[in-house]
Amino acid sequence: MGKPEQSTYPSTPRMNKKSLFTLDQAENYRPYVIHSVDAPSIAPEWQAWLEEIGFIPGEHVMVMARSLPGGDPIVVRVGASTFALRLAEAACVHVQAIAAIGTLEADPLASAAA
Amino acid sequence: MKQSVIHVHLGGPLVALLGNPNCGKTALFNLLTGSRQKVANYAGVTVERKEGKLTTPAGKQLRVLDLPGTYSLHPRSPDERVTCDVLTGHATGEKRPDLVICVVDATNLRRNLRLVLAVKRLGLPCIVALNMTDLAEQRGIHVDVAALAAALELPVVNTVAVNSAGAAPLLTLLDQPEIWRSKLALATGGIAEARSAAIEADHDAVRRILQRLGLDQNIPHLLSDRIDRVVLHPVGGPALLALVLFLVFQAVFAWAAVPMGWIDAATSVIANSISAMLPSNWFKSLIVDGVIAGAGGVVVFLPQIIILFFFILVLEESGYLPRAAFLLDRLMGGVGLSGRSFIPLLSSFACAIPGIMAARTIANPRDRLVTIMIAPMMTCSARLPVYALLIGAFIPHREVGGIFELQGLVLFCLYVAGIVGALVVAWVLKRFTARNQVHPLMMELPIYHWPRVRNIAIGLWQRVVIFMKRVGGIILVLTVLLWFLASFPAPPPGATGAPIEYSFAGWLGRGLAVIFAPIGFNWQISIALVPGMAAREVAVSALGTVYALSATGDNTAGALMPLIAKSWSLATALSLLAWYVFAPQCLATLATVKRETGGWTMPLVMAAYLFSLAYLASFITYRLALAAGLG
Repeated sequence: MGKPEQSTYPSTPRMNKKSLFTLDQAENYRPYVIHSVDAPSIAPEWQAWLEEIGFIPGEHVMVMARSLPGGDPIVVRVGASTFALRLAEAACVHVQAIAAIGTLEADPLASAAA
Repeated sequence: MKQSVIHVHLGGPLVALLGNPNCGKTALFNLLTGSRQKVANYAGVTVERKEGKLTTPAGKQLRVLDLPGTYSLHPRSPDERVTCDVLTGHATGEKRPDLVICVVDATNLRRNLRLVLAVKRLGLPCIVALNMTDLAEQRGIHVDVAALAAALELPVVNTVAVNSAGAAPLLTLLDQPEIWRSKLALATGGIAEARSAAIEADHDAVRRILQRLGLDQNIPHLLSDRIDRVVLHPVGGPALLALVLFLVFQAVFAWAAVPMGWIDAATSVIANSISAMLPSNWFKSLIVDGVIAGAGGVVVFLPQIIILFFFILVLEESGYLPRAAFLLDRLMGGVGLSGRSFIPLLSSFACAIPGIMAARTIANPRDRLVTIMIAPMMTCSARLPVYALLIGAFIPHREVGGIFELQGLVLFCLYVAGIVGALVVAWVLKRFTARNQVHPLMMELPIYHWPRVRNIAIGLWQRVVIFMKRVGGIILVLTVLLWFLASFPAPPPGATGAPIEYSFAGWLGRGLAVIFAPIGFNWQISIALVPGMAAREVAVSALGTVYALSATGDNTAGALMPLIAKSWSLATALSLLAWYVFAPQCLATLATVKRETGGWTMPLVMAAYLFSLAYLASFITYRLALAAGLG
């Protein structure tokens, strides 16, 4: 499966935009917006799987919990659902901090209060 | 209209219930069909197939099929594949549904509606059941049913699957002839679209619909989140899980004691009164020693099985089980599995068969196979009778540290031994087979619900029926067969020993005792192990029969506990307990494994490795106990 130099963890963030990084590196309880989803070559089907459960560009995500030891897996709120993801899975989801995109879409917690 | 499989089905048009996992679909199914359900398997695959019947207000008879929950029409596990095959008319022996009821969770329309759009494209007549609207209202989500129907161009009906009136509007809708016709042409091909593009297009369409309805915000479930802060806490969460599991096992022993006493008393009353009525001959022996002693010795454990299933069902219904799987993911990852294996393994504590079948939700084929192979090491309820008998006979009834019961503590240790054994086997398998493997988790944690009494009751009832059918069927037949082997041929005139020593069973037992002597089993145990292969709990009724027949006085099976306490050494009892931790599984389990893995290789490998493990564990236990002077 795959070329030897390819890593199982595609966690290298894309550095073309400074604010863009992957969900596994996100802060707990802070809302982010999904920028894109891609999958490691070892498991190409993950992209479609993640999209089908709601990890779609434009959707809000928030890390709700991390387990001990090692912080793997994590609990992620996406849209109105909650999913447990391995770090390798979360690393497929590229996100942007809400503040970094100029709050076009309101903070989900703030809109809930309204 | 073309259908790949056309069968004649009686009982009216077929309605399929479809929805995301955790959308309340099964609760709605229970509400619609009540107790009129048939649980079986889909042809060729071991995915549980639930069908029920319902009658509409106008008297129309309908068959209702509860399809396995799915997030999309692109299957990633065997049970999602069944859902897709049924909807596209490709499922073997299954009629394509005449109508699809898309069950939609009103608190999570965004994800649920994407599936509705995909189903709509199939061209099947389709209606939308907007479920959990009561919970949505509590959270301030008000869905305009008419506007949603207009936006989807499908009939939408409000259902509250909690109360019995909740399904009334749906039933009324089913009487309208126009809903049984679709506006679109029936799609006959597969689902051959560019997948990612379709998902995003559907997502955009759903977003537009939700914007039009003013529902384009995510409203978190605050109570659920607050509970999760405790339950998923890195330290508190695992501690809570350990406490929950420990309390469940304590309750299985403590709460079941009283009803077990009643069943025990009832069994002896029945045995005594029948004994008084019948003339003393072989027929009386068959009824009293074979049937009543055998079946009674198993039925007595029904309360424990009900309590264990009750807790599993409550934990499942409330939404705690996936959290437990999350907490255990790290541990499972260490032995090459994922948290997804937790639910099949937990089900195996009740019975390995549903556990092995639940493994079909694991997408990775290697993980699925390993889960199947270690599932029989989880202590199934059928082993409880054996443990209960041995613990009751050999472990003193006293308190430890003021709160715990020594007997409960020993039981807990036996469960732990099975778990540790399973983890070690999984770890060994990981060393050989887990190279280049990725283990997806991607598991939904649904919001918490109060468990519904109706759903728990129906689930418990189905399990009790399965257990009682086993008692009535295979267990009874084997018990009677064993009685025959143990009773014939009759002892020669002038014989001094117990009659069983001269019977077929006596010879067989003495033969097997040669193999089992090194691990401390006497010939009575050796005989009981043979029918124990058919169903583990039969070992207890077999011991009951063997001892009832070997007694020279009139001991009944009720006296089995003191009898073995007197005649076995503690080393033998401990060795038998160790044997049963890894016990060679029942034939029904092996048959299930054969069906799930599609060949005899895996069940044979499983039987061989569990036999070796059990023998080794018993040997070590027996020798250590002898060395400690417990012989």
